[in-house]
Amino acid sequence: MGAIEKFQEIYENRGDYIRDWKSRNPGSKVLGYFCTYVPEEIAYAGGVLTSRLLGSHEIEDDSAPHIFGMFCPFCRDVLAQGLQGKADYIDGISDGNCCMHLLQAFEAWYLNVRPQPKMIRADVSCTTQTARGVDYLTGELKAFQKDIEEWMDRKITVDDLDHSIDVFNQNRRLLRQVYDLRKADDPPISGLECMYMVVAGQLMDKKEHNQLLEEALVELDGRKLDRETGSRLMLIGSENDDVEFISMIEQKMTMPATVVIDEHCTGTRYFLGEVIPDEDRIAAIASRYLDRTPCPAKDWPKRIRFDRALQLAKEWKVDGAITLQQKFCDPHEIDMPSIRKYLEDNGVPTYFLELDVTVPVGQFSTRVEAFLESLMLDIL
Amino acid sequence: MSKLTRYPTKTFECWGMAKELRMDIYNKLAQKASGEKDWLVASGGTEGLIGLPAGLGDDYVPFGGEPYGASTGAMGKSQEMMAYCENKGYARDLCGYCRNYLGSAFGDKFSFGGKYPHPDFYFQLHFCDTHGKWYQPAAEFTDSPYFVIDGGAMYRWPKWNESKERKQNKLNYLVQQMHDSIPWMEEVTGREYDDEKLGEAVYNEIMCTSKWAKCCELNKHIPAPMDQKSMYAFYVVHVLRRHTKEAVAFFDSLYDELQDRIAKGIAAVEYERYRLIHNSQPPWYALNMFRYLEDFGVACVGSQYDFMLSGGWDYYYDEDDVARIRAAEPSPDLKQQISTRDGALTALASWYLEYGLQARSFRFPMLERRNIDVAIARDWNCQGAIMHLNRGCEGWAVGQLEVRRALVENGFGVVTYEGNVADPREYDGPRTFARIDAFLESQGLKKIAT
Ligand code: SF4
Ligand code: SF4
Repeated sequence: MGAIEKFQEIYENRGDYIRDWKSRNPGSKVLGYFCTYVPEEIAYAGGVLTSRLLGSHEIEDDSAPHIFGMFCPFCRDVLAQGLQGKADYIDGISDGNCCMHLLQAFEAWYLNVRPQPKMIRADVSCTTQTARGVDYLTGELKAFQKDIEEWMDRKITVDDLDHSIDVFNQNRRLLRQVYDLRKADDPPISGLECMYMVVAGQLMDKKEHNQLLEEALVELDGRKLDRETGSRLMLIGSENDDVEFISMIEQKMTMPATVVIDEHCTGTRYFLGEVIPDEDRIAAIASRYLDRTPCPAKDWPKRIRFDRALQLAKEWKVDGAITLQQKFCDPHEIDMPSIRKYLEDNGVPTYFLELDVTVPVGQFSTRVEAFLESLMLDIL
Repeated sequence: MSKLTRYPTKTFECWGMAKELRMDIYNKLAQKASGEKDWLVASGGTEGLIGLPAGLGDDYVPFGGEPYGASTGAMGKSQEMMAYCENKGYARDLCGYCRNYLGSAFGDKFSFGGKYPHPDFYFQLHFCDTHGKWYQPAAEFTDSPYFVIDGGAMYRWPKWNESKERKQNKLNYLVQQMHDSIPWMEEVTGREYDDEKLGEAVYNEIMCTSKWAKCCELNKHIPAPMDQKSMYAFYVVHVLRRHTKEAVAFFDSLYDELQDRIAKGIAAVEYERYRLIHNSQPPWYALNMFRYLEDFGVACVGSQYDFMLSGGWDYYYDEDDVARIRAAEPSPDLKQQISTRDGALTALASWYLEYGLQARSFRFPMLERRNIDVAIARDWNCQGAIMHLNRGCEGWAVGQLEVRRALVENGFGVVTYEGNVADPREYDGPRTFARIDAFLESQGLKKIAT
């Protein structure tokens, strides 16, 4: 199996991967994180495997007694994984003072999932924009470091932090290299493969992910996809690891289309932006989390992400963008009319779709097809 | 069921004053919109720190988005305002107040008549996900400046092992942002900031929230001196203008009046025989529900929402390790603290972080939030709860189902109904009343024939 297939395998069998990892790393622990604002580098420096908690995209009713149905399907789906015992390899959980939807899933997990995990909060600021953000977050992350040290019963040294920062930065660089290949007129990797790749990295040990990424880059050298690229699409919006949705776009349309870039917290918002070395390692990590493209929940009072999204659209030469949002996701909902207008005013046509736990393929494919047709007309 | 007692009742003497103080704000906003008087208007949320712009001058009028959204709902104008918002592409499941407010801005309509009162600037304290986002489109649409203070790095709950350094870091973060807001306000208004006025506003804000909490404590009494609708009419004074001396005077009078009612055995609900907490905001366009409950001898005596919207409560564990709440006590040297800018800002920030239980409940939404409702139900002598599963406010809906479970586990019956704080399209009156009927019947309560 090549590296590119291996990403899919790990994505689909994350529990097996993590259990195996634990057997190879006795004494280590696994911290399940709910939000990409958890400073993974610090936990990793303490010998912890950070693994993102995601949903399974299957209909469930386990979360219904705990989270009211007006909250986003993603947070309910994530909680259901814990309630169904599918994440029994988790030793601790962490959030990043994320949106209130996910905070509920986080606390409901602690309250109801057994064995009860250790809860390690990171009280990240709610915006990334205040002038005081770096000082505050540095202080908070130092406290987070202490929590990890206590949990792991070991000190985190400067060398540990440097090593961890290197591993994470290397990961970001390698992912960026693969993403850059998608700028080509005929990208050597599909959007679906890329999604498996980038999400697998959020589930597994970054060091091992780096090895796979290096192998993948070799595999991608000169690779040609056995399909027409068609319309170059960008996906923008909420958390999205919906493989069914992306394979619908790339494989089930009568008109060819390829997802060449994304602006999701499961994609570019997660990995773009390195930690820039600084005497104070924790301050450097804090700055990285404040400088990355923000989640809309933390993007105020100004709108930093709009311009970044547009830059991606331009660099990856997209024909159009599908703006996606988890149903009921308030931060994205408020951004949606404005970001669509911003992109359209700047020459990027958009189409809006709302994601639920499962994708209504029939309905969505007709709508996406119509969008692709309109893009074709624009090109003609 | 217990035998029926008929208590004496009486209209509140404070009622007129509450109404006047509320309408004074909306009248001024209408004047601003019509050009009759150019009040200095800052618009944003009103759950905390509304006294900050007071240093700009006595003509400062806060235009609170949430109370305005509620009033719009109560006046039956939501659908009109929401249509303006939805026509611009905003989702129907966004915060109901936010849609009412943004609709007013987009449609240039003020629910109290006339045009939308364009604020001089937007000023927000953020701790609900919607807070910081809400005024982005408003500020862009009206081309006005916008400042937000991040109030979402809240102190944790008492048993969560929060180190002193962590707390100090949170306090510094908040105080520094408050400091930063002052030169910003000076710049956008071209005015000089008066620290003495700030000190007074901070003093009033702290005194008001503490006094309201003390008024709520008096509602433990049987029969309760305040019914649900009176609480809504009174608490709005601190929501709209707790930084003013008029508001402090109001809560002082209310407190005295409540004590007097208790001394004289005056009840809010004539045949009170069963007490509930009403969890979450009400559907403002359907307050008749409370009148209906009263027909059964049911009094709604309080909730996190009524009590804690603007803070002022201390959450603690007693010597038997039972979680409780009590009115927070202002520091005896508050007057000294507020004599400098830094002192005033630190006093207000500490008060918010320590006693702003609403904000804390939003950022840490389940584990201890459950205990607060159980504490209210138990200590305010309730038998159960009525819970509005409120699609219009994610803030008050977070953790709701776990709160429900905790209440039931502690022996309180709970009846739920679905609705929306501001959007009547999501509320089914007959269905709600049928659920209430079934619940009360299960508790052995029938309508009292009068
Ligand atoms: S989709 Fe939106 S509401 Fe849901 S977890 Fe993500 S940011 Fe929060
Ligand atoms: S969701 Fe609720 S708490 Fe949040 S802004 Fe709207 S009304 Fe306020």
